[in-house]
Amino acid sequence: MSVLDLKPQMPNRLTTPFERTFKSWEMLLVGVAVFIFIFNCFASPYFLNAWNLSDATFNFTEKAMIAFAMTLLIISGEIDLSVAAIIALASTMMGVAMEAGATTPVLVLVGLTTGVMCGAFNGVLITRFGLPSIVVTIGTMSFFRGLSYIILGDGAYRGYPADFAWFGQGYVFWVISVEFVIFVILAVFYTILLHKTNFGRAIYAVGNNATAAAFSGIRVERVKLILFLLTGLMSGLAAVCLTSRLGSTRPSIASGMELEVVTMVVLGGVNILGGSGSVPGVIIAAFIMGLVTFGLGLLNVPGIVMSIFLGVLLIGVIALPRLWSRVRRG
Amino acid sequence: MTFLKSREAILLGALVVLLILIASRFPSFILPSNLVAVFTDTTPLLILALGQMAVILTRCIDLSVAANLALTGMVCAMINVAAPGLPIGFVLVVALSLGAVLGAINGLFVWKLGIPSIVVTLGTMTIFRGMVFVISEGQWINAHEMTAAFTGWPRHIILGVPVMAWIGLAAFAIMAVVMNSTTLGRSFFAVGGNPHAAVYTGLNVGRTQFYAFVLSGMLAGLCGYLWVARYAVAYVDIAGGFELDVVAACVIGGLSIAGGAGTVFGTVLGALFLGVVKNALPVVNISPFWQLAISGAAIIIAVFFNARAGKAQQGRVILKSAERTQ
Repeated sequence: MSVLDLKPQMPNRLTTPFERTFKSWEMLLVGVAVFIFIFNCFASPYFLNAWNLSDATFNFTEKAMIAFAMTLLIISGEIDLSVAAIIALASTMMGVAMEAGATTPVLVLVGLTTGVMCGAFNGVLITRFGLPSIVVTIGTMSFFRGLSYIILGDGAYRGYPADFAWFGQGYVFWVISVEFVIFVILAVFYTILLHKTNFGRAIYAVGNNATAAAFSGIRVERVKLILFLLTGLMSGLAAVCLTSRLGSTRPSIASGMELEVVTMVVLGGVNILGGSGSVPGVIIAAFIMGLVTFGLGLLNVPGIVMSIFLGVLLIGVIALPRLWSRVRRG
Repeated sequence: MTFLKSREAILLGALVVLLILIASRFPSFILPSNLVAVFTDTTPLLILALGQMAVILTRCIDLSVAANLALTGMVCAMINVAAPGLPIGFVLVVALSLGAVLGAINGLFVWKLGIPSIVVTLGTMTIFRGMVFVISEGQWINAHEMTAAFTGWPRHIILGVPVMAWIGLAAFAIMAVVMNSTTLGRSFFAVGGNPHAAVYTGLNVGRTQFYAFVLSGMLAGLCGYLWVARYAVAYVDIAGGFELDVVAACVIGGLSIAGGAGTVFGTVLGALFLGVVKNALPVVNISPFWQLAISGAAIIIAVFFNARAGKAQQGRVILKSAERTQ
């Protein structure tokens, strides 16, 4: 018997084998991202430019802020489709505050508070009364944006204070924008929150088996409520950044963004039915979506055609592994 | 007596109260001619809600119906522009079959690959909507480019009621028969009520869900032609966000989002309720910008009461008489 024959019998390895790391979803995403990056370099001469790449980050930073919180929410087995509507309402409330003469810190506070209150509205309905989150948030999706339409009609708010533009248009250092710094800080925060804290473990437990989680002493409803509040807060933050970047508010702001956020989360390898997924996967997915939309934009592809790519991407990334395993099973 | 306690009776009562409230200030609203107009206006919502009902019964959701409607409508309009001589019957067949194909795409992903329906239809929603832009190159097709027969057919009056409203009534009647008296209809209930039990009774859960998506898509295709012909215009954004109204109508009509419970009559009442609210807003001088918030609030309130009612009785007992004799 040679040494080679004994090798597979080694039990319970604590380190991940190279092959498994290599085959993981995150590594696949990194491969896709690198491929798209190289493809873009050849497709357009304007791609490889520090300022252009910096502009490209705006394609995903706001969505990624929400996507992080949504990742945790989806892992816990719930979903929030009202995030884009929360942006609309938070942005409108900031407009109302601005008309009343609020200063920049107050505007930010109004945006974040509106977001948290919308999240609380969703969360209380879903956790206190046990309603299905898909329907509730489809309802609040109309309701929040509807409130925005009632306040604004076909009008718009303009004339935000000059220093308010810092959040969406400011740069911290050279080409590193404020939004990108917020994105990086949140990426680190959510990675630690989900993967290194008890609360993060509780989210997985709730998502895999809520009943078992409840019996092991996790307050399931409270975990979910916190996640809805967090998603609302992130939507409020995204509203601050987006409003600051655009410099105006219309009730149709960020329409359809909930789809892109969910696409980002699912592309990042999170199981839409809850229970599994990782924040690093979603971070890479954010870069992929940013690179794809930016690259297509450089090639003069209209926005609505880009949305076809995103739809195909969303279905494709879920369908292909399933199709592959079906083919392999025969 | 059971009817008086049922959800349909409550909804019917609410609808009548709503009409009386409107009529007390604006009596002309309940003139038969206006009620027919309101019903005609509600017909697309009603037909789509009936298709959505089949999907929701099987524990799925179809968010792509409005995009399906827009794509089919645009194709019908383009066919009419390219070949004005083709009869309306041909356009109708194209609308129904294209809609069914688009629905089948959703259904195949759900059936063969087991992808959650909300993910599939969120994706196809943007894909279908994007395809409208691709085939039309962002151009509008206006009334003067369509033939009079194409735009006139749904408005053709038979016995004082437009053809469009007759189609709505026919959809109601056909779906009532399909849902209550055919194997397919009952299998929708069975699959949604308890998928495990459905498998043991020999039903293919995935295939039943596939049929529900095909049905929903087919009806969305029909509405695509009706919509474009009635408003005599086709462009990328027609019926944008309409899928939410459709889900709202279903939820208000008492469909359980958890599947397996609901009635055709309730769904129709849910659609009519939203239709009356929508048409009454301009009459009672409320800005149409209120409509989105009102339908949102209606969904939340309806799902709230559905959950309350659902707690008293788990699921739906199909054979009440049989249970009582046991």
